Amino acid sequence: MSRHVRVNPIACEAHGMCAELLPERITLDEWGYPIVDEQPLHGSQVEHAIRAARACPTFALLVERDNARAPTGGRSG
Amino acid sequence: MNADSSTLTEVRPGRERGEMDTLPRLLAGIREEGALSLDEHLAVHGSLGPVRAGRRRHAREHAQALIEEVERAGLLGHGGAAFPTARKMHAVASARGRAIVVANGAEGEPASLKDRTLLATLPHLVLDGAVAAAEAVDADEVIVCVCETARASVDSIARAMEERAARPSDGAAPRIRLTTVPGHYAAGQESALVNYLGGGPAKPLFTPPMVFEQGVRKRPTLINNVETLAHLALIARHGATWFRRLGSASQPGSALVTLGGPVAYPGVYEIEHGASLTSLIDAGGGATARVRGALVGGYAGTWIAGERLRGLALSNEHLAPHGATLGAGVVLLLSEEACPVAESARVARWLAGQSTRQCGPCVHGLDALAGTIEELAAGIAGARASQRIDRLASLVARRGACGHPDGALNVTLSALEAFQSEFADHARHGPCESCARPGELPLPVRPVSDETQRHAEPRR
Amino acid sequence: MSLPLAASGSSLYWYLTRSTGAVALLLLTLSIALGVVDVRRWSTPRWPRFVVDSLHRNVSLLALCFLVLHILTSVLDSFAPISLVDSVVPFVGSYRPFWLGLGAVSFDLILAVIATSLLRQRMGYGSWRAIHWLTYASWPIALLHGFGTGSDVKFTWLLALSLLCLAIVIAAVLARIVAGWPEHRRIRGAALGGAGAFSLFLALWLPQGPLGSEWARRSGTPSALLPHGQSSSGSRR
Repeated sequence: MSRHVRVNPIACEAHGMCAELLPERITLDEWGYPIVDEQPLHGSQVEHAIRAARACPTFALLVERDNARAPTGGRSG
Repeated sequence: MNADSSTLTEVRPGRERGEMDTLPRLLAGIREEGALSLDEHLAVHGSLGPVRAGRRRHAREHAQALIEEVERAGLLGHGGAAFPTARKMHAVASARGRAIVVANGAEGEPASLKDRTLLATLPHLVLDGAVAAAEAVDADEVIVCVCETARASVDSIARAMEERAARPSDGAAPRIRLTTVPGHYAAGQESALVNYLGGGPAKPLFTPPMVFEQGVRKRPTLINNVETLAHLALIARHGATWFRRLGSASQPGSALVTLGGPVAYPGVYEIEHGASLTSLIDAGGGATARVRGALVGGYAGTWIAGERLRGLALSNEHLAPHGATLGAGVVLLLSEEACPVAESARVARWLAGQSTRQCGPCVHGLDALAGTIEELAAGIAGARASQRIDRLASLVARRGACGHPDGALNVTLSALEAFQSEFADHARHGPCESCARPGELPLPVRPVSDETQRHAEPRR
Repeated sequence: MSLPLAASGSSLYWYLTRSTGAVALLLLTLSIALGVVDVRRWSTPRWPRFVVDSLHRNVSLLALCFLVLHILTSVLDSFAPISLVDSVVPFVGSYRPFWLGLGAVSFDLILAVIATSLLRQRMGYGSWRAIHWLTYASWPIALLHGFGTGSDVKFTWLLALSLLCLAIVIAAVLARIVAGWPEHRRIRGAALGGAGAFSLFLALWLPQGPLGSEWARRSGTPSALLPHGQSSSGSRR
């Protein structure tokens, strides 16, 4: 089963540790916020991703399993 | 009524068969001033029919039948996303836990008046739909959310609730509660509403969990726009086949649109999906100035200008080639006298200000975007402006917790495309004479509120 | 003034408790400084963010180790009647109860901060953060404990070390206060005022307190332990 990383943009406070610990999937934009590549993680990348998620001071980085999320539409109903 | 719907409804007194094959549907029987009373509402539409038919097993079959009828009818949400309503109802009905229904009348879109108008004039239609939806998904509670500044709508719903409470009811009807919500742009977003109803500020939440699984008080929550519920109330009475007699196959039925800008009678109109823009403007008494362009869908929508307005039809399939959707049913015209570049800059800045400031890319990206458009309008943007905009577009898209940055991006990029020559003009020569005019598009001052429900007056 | 080397074991524990206390103060100072560097997001290519953050966490744990040694050796030392309970329950001891008690208060705060940090995953970010602010309270209390109970305060090197640590913490607090100014102006102003008031208090109190005469007696050392007829400039006990 493959995993990928995702960022909770509300929790994220641009500490920037994730990009240092998982540069294969995360780069920082000009304001210090992570740009995440949600491609599946290969092999040892998973360990690094978990380490990066633990390092995030605000728990904004998530390591998730791939599954389909059912959409329910958007704004006001 | 044909055989399909006879299992669901009986022929209702008050409306002849064959009526309501044309417009008005939602707005049928609407009064010049004030709301329809419960009796007047029943005289126009007939009663909703036997609700919980005795034993619970029948009630569940009845509920399932309604969801299937809504699915056959092809009802799509009227809050902006046009999501299939039956799919949402089904998701909530199958989720674990007792469901709760939220009637979303927050209407944070400043150019939209349809929801508050519906609540102010036809509250019982909305309440019927909410109650029917609650029974369909086995919810025991309905929360009606109304924008706190729409006093007429708040009073109307409150009075309608009192009228209903005064009638004898079967004890199984869901409890109805009324809550006012702040008026900023994002307040009507689904998770923002869930946040507010849960005691937080009206600001979007990170999903998952999705609201249909865990919403208000961690319960599966069905959030429907009040207009969607009004349509549902009529589908419950007249069935799917009736509903599909108007509109197109992909977008059946009718819709409320708010027509704004230089027309004789701006306001809320009911159209058949696929009606032409020309017919809408005619219904609105005709344009009072030459029309330069139209903003379709609201401030997260799309600009359509010049020649492309000719023959434009108002349904998502006709708007799609223009990169537009009907959205929250807003059609905002812009006159030739207004400067589209200045107006785009105002809109971009307003949208940046409406960010709930929870996500970095939205806060910084929309501010930078608005700044670049303002520079373009003032003629000081420099040669790399379009590269900057492209870069901002990729930095902002899908990096917020909600769709706000994407909407702001959409409307701004569509303005750049629709008014290419005007933008090029401003980039080269600076502001035009029309730039100094007061803005034509309605952009009210509505600061993003941190208020939580504890401070709002709860109304029964 | 030279310190006589005692032959008995109790003196060894006494030296250990004083030295581990000094080291703990130094490490706690370093932890606060690193914490501010961390929250200010200062980094260089050779000192990336995750290193600063890890260093902050590890220095804090090291400080805790030294604190535990500090407490154990003070309990084991047979000279002063300090029990294990006194390390977490403040003001119940018989040896300089108030000043020792401050140590217990500080230790309790530090325990709360470290326990919540170790259990971060299980608590909400907001609660963790709120408790973490207690570090700013734990440090001055620890310093006062050191000045009040420490018998080496009059030694220039230790006094200088303590004041150096104070300077570092004040610099860190200032660096923390200016970040994000002018939001939360009132709290920042209060923090600034607090730091200033604390420094002023020390400047006024130290000379007539621990650096003054007969501090051992005035701070609550049981009279049986006081040197008889000794001049009050002695700093032995």
